[in-house]
Amino acid sequence: MSTAHNESFDIFAKGLWRENPVFVMLLGMCPVLAVSNSVINALAMGLATLFVLVSSSTLVSLLRHVIPKQVRIATYIVIIATFVTIVDYALQAISLEVYLALGAFIQLIVVNCIILGRAEAFASKNGPVQAILDALGMGVGFTFALLCLGGVRELLGNGSLLGVDVFGPHFEPWAVMILPPGGFFVLGAWLLLFAALKARSERRTIEKDGPHVG
Amino acid sequence: MAETLQATTPLPTPGEAPSANTRKMMIVLSGVAALSGLLIVGIFQLTAPYIDANREAMVEAAIFTVVPEGTQKKAYGFTENGIDPDPTGAGFGERFYAVYDDAGALRGVALEASGQGYQDVIRILYGYDGVRQIVTGMTVLESKETPGLGDKIAKDPVFLANFDALEAAVGGETDVLSHGIVVVKHGKKTNPWEIDGIAGATISSKAIGAMLEASLRAKLPRLRPHLAELEGAGS
Repeated sequence: MSTAHNESFDIFAKGLWRENPVFVMLLGMCPVLAVSNSVINALAMGLATLFVLVSSSTLVSLLRHVIPKQVRIATYIVIIATFVTIVDYALQAISLEVYLALGAFIQLIVVNCIILGRAEAFASKNGPVQAILDALGMGVGFTFALLCLGGVRELLGNGSLLGVDVFGPHFEPWAVMILPPGGFFVLGAWLLLFAALKARSERRTIEKDGPHVG
Repeated sequence: MAETLQATTPLPTPGEAPSANTRKMMIVLSGVAALSGLLIVGIFQLTAPYIDANREAMVEAAIFTVVPEGTQKKAYGFTENGIDPDPTGAGFGERFYAVYDDAGALRGVALEASGQGYQDVIRILYGYDGVRQIVTGMTVLESKETPGLGDKIAKDPVFLANFDALEAAVGGETDVLSHGIVVVKHGKKTNPWEIDGIAGATISSKAIGAMLEASLRAKLPRLRPHLAELEGAGS
């Protein structure tokens, strides 16, 4: 594998795990907690964010030499808002039911700090190929995190997965899980799990390489 | 993410010429805004027919849920002195649908109603059979009730079964409802005009009962004189 290939893959992969926007950077918490009460909502929200992230990062990267510094944030917001409006119409055309379930959170992607953050911190300083890879990685990482929460919450709070009944009619749904407090509980549990995994892998690295000197 | 916040360039001092820079800012901003407008108009034109079809399908599915025997529908609007087969301009609650079966016989009327729920306004569609004088079904069109508790009004099969044949008899020449629609505690339903409420969603289920009663009281005197006319309009 060439170094260039390795580097590109690294740009993509860091969003999935090492710099996962939800589990590591704790960004975009508002939609994460609000719409992760079922798998289908989580998936729709994740994909909508992924699309906005990739399109706006691409455009910001292409225009990075043209946009004057003083108005860069305003320009990014206009670009992001455009793609959010596109997603809004597209989702209404694809499934009105999912659109109504997500409520205002589709429009609120405009103010999702992951998107503005990637535009400012990465896309405005890198070429379009790297910007797309970075946005894809972050978007997929965000979708993955939403699905982690959505899966657990729908399973416990509604006894189903993707709308299909899992536990049969005698299961008493744990309603708190699909209510807002459930979002916090499940997010907390996932963060705990991720922190434990991270600590273990760090300990292993130290054991393998010996203690760092200096 | 320390690189996120950069120090902005200091404003040009009076000695420098700011005009070129200002012009560039204006050109870039208007350019981006124009591009954005073009994209949005394009996607709107592209998706509009699909969105309309989706909305139509949603209303249609709701109509045939509340009047289960129907297969065809005709939209109407209430006017000051009667009904109008052109509902354009009629607001929510002022429209209704006459529902016919394959043979063209009137099987019921689907009416809109709304009222304050626990969180926000709830909008419902319900079916009314003028011959048997019963409500034939109810479906929630729009609600923001608490997930897991209040939103059971839209999903709970036991609650929805209340509306399969809910008595809505009228008395006298003025076609007013002869008794109220009462929401009782879960498991306490004894009369055919009572609704068996949902435990844990008392306010939401009472809101449905209240908006149903208010709508029946207001609309039946305006609708019933025209039932024969609607009957004849079937194809």
